[in-house]
Amino acid sequence: MRKFDTKVQYLKYKVLREVARRAWDGLTPEEVLEIPKAIVPGKVPTMRCCVYKERAILGERVKLAMGGDKTNPNIIEVIDIACDECPAAGYEVTGNCRGCLANRCEDVCKRKAISFDHHHVAHIDKTKCVECGQCAKVCPFGAIVNRKRPCQNACKIKAIDISAEGAASINDEKCIQCGACVYQCPFGAIQDKSFIMDLIDILNKSEGNKAYKVYAIVAPAFSSQFSHAKVGQAITGMKQLGFHTVIEAALGADIVAMSESQELVEKVQEKGAMTSSCCPAFVRYIKTSFPELEPFISHNLSPMAALAKYIKSTDATAKVVFIGPCTAKKAERQLESVKDYVDVVLTFEELQALFDSKDMEISELPEDVLDNASYFGRIFARVGGLSEAVGQALKEQNIDFEAKPVVCSGIEECRMALLKLSKNPKILGGNFIEGMACIGGCINGAGCLTHGEKNSAAVDKYGREAMEKTISDAVSILQ
Amino acid sequence: MKVTVCIGSSCHIKGSRQVVQQLQQLIAQNGLGDLVDLGGTFCMGNCQKGVCVTVDGELFSVVPETVDAFFNEHVKGKV
Repeated sequence: MRKFDTKVQYLKYKVLREVARRAWDGLTPEEVLEIPKAIVPGKVPTMRCCVYKERAILGERVKLAMGGDKTNPNIIEVIDIACDECPAAGYEVTGNCRGCLANRCEDVCKRKAISFDHHHVAHIDKTKCVECGQCAKVCPFGAIVNRKRPCQNACKIKAIDISAEGAASINDEKCIQCGACVYQCPFGAIQDKSFIMDLIDILNKSEGNKAYKVYAIVAPAFSSQFSHAKVGQAITGMKQLGFHTVIEAALGADIVAMSESQELVEKVQEKGAMTSSCCPAFVRYIKTSFPELEPFISHNLSPMAALAKYIKSTDATAKVVFIGPCTAKKAERQLESVKDYVDVVLTFEELQALFDSKDMEISELPEDVLDNASYFGRIFARVGGLSEAVGQALKEQNIDFEAKPVVCSGIEECRMALLKLSKNPKILGGNFIEGMACIGGCINGAGCLTHGEKNSAAVDKYGREAMEKTISDAVSILQ
Repeated sequence: MKVTVCIGSSCHIKGSRQVVQQLQQLIAQNGLGDLVDLGGTFCMGNCQKGVCVTVDGELFSVVPETVDAFFNEHVKGKV
């Protein structure tokens, strides 16, 4: 069974699948127009007020599946007609308030924002309230609620505003493309652009890898994704889709662990600390919100880009496609320093849609193999893995230096560490910031099919299955 | 002379790292570093024959145990 966390994800997947299904043989404008009706065929609405609105929104999803608004460089977009314009009033007293005598809410409010009417029912003065939430915590009836939009709640860097019309609006300058809002919006009104059309075009024009070869790089979070099939079966499926071969991004992580450990020694001597550069959302967050800290960022390419660069050094006409859990990787691909190495970035969601666009049941396919990297490269997928790998790389190279990692799970923890670093590297409590924009690391990326607690254990288990036990052994094959 | 070793998953499992390392050593020991260009590639599409090694485009099937013989006959003997 396919597994999707939410019905929103399932809907997005259906659109991608239907677009892909028609795109393998060239997508005509008529076919594009028929997709919304193919997904919502009847006259009875199941999601919105009427089937016509449902189809109108599906039309917008089709556009995003085909690359979205080309004039907008941000790969995350709001579908404004899908936005339900959720209440965003902040803390409010609901009908559950019984007008009690204790008035804990009033006592706890330092801003004196709470008053009572002649029925003793509490009211919050919005001009005084600072949304600390204390009143909601102490109310014995749970009568005070925080009306905050899920998208704004998900966006910890506050890059989502509300437009004059009431819909969510992304501040493209601030947005780091982490995809938290994409995953959290209960109406599916924020979505990442898809480049499946580019992929299908590349595969078709390769003429079965004769004109050029198409290489897929898969992120290590892959191991936790296909609960209904084995990793080896997914590899067979990918080759049947038309990829020449599949390589673990974790091998790129092994390359990065080696060079990052060397750079750490230099940077700590020079500046007192260094930050990782693997997570593109974290790197962009530093560049947009802490520009003065840019010199602290490691110069390493990400594992994706490092491996893609190596592949292109062995095969000049290669096309390289990265498949992972990450929406920010789609933005990283557009960077000057990366665009020559990586041709297309897809998510696991999109890969599943591509399998199903060819009615391929991967759980019934024979198993192929995927084994390029070490344990340490593979555990980059979960928070803390990168730091472990850097420590191991120092040991393997006999470098006498102690990495003191500050492991940041989620962008809020990243912000705290960066604030300390901006004040003084000495108060950081370490010398190496491992920044992961998603809580738990890449395994909880917005483009995952499943987001579960078990995923971290699955990645470690997969790591232990790697044939190469050391980073040096894994990268020695590349020399 | 261009010698390319497949380093894709299937050949990797069959020992391509050892093959690369042994070839590097043999090339160095025989002073052929300037004449032999040793490289890697991900998958040659002949996974059953792994470890796949090509010498100027000609495909050979090598395993760590047969590297010496392969080197003497097809690399050292022809360069």
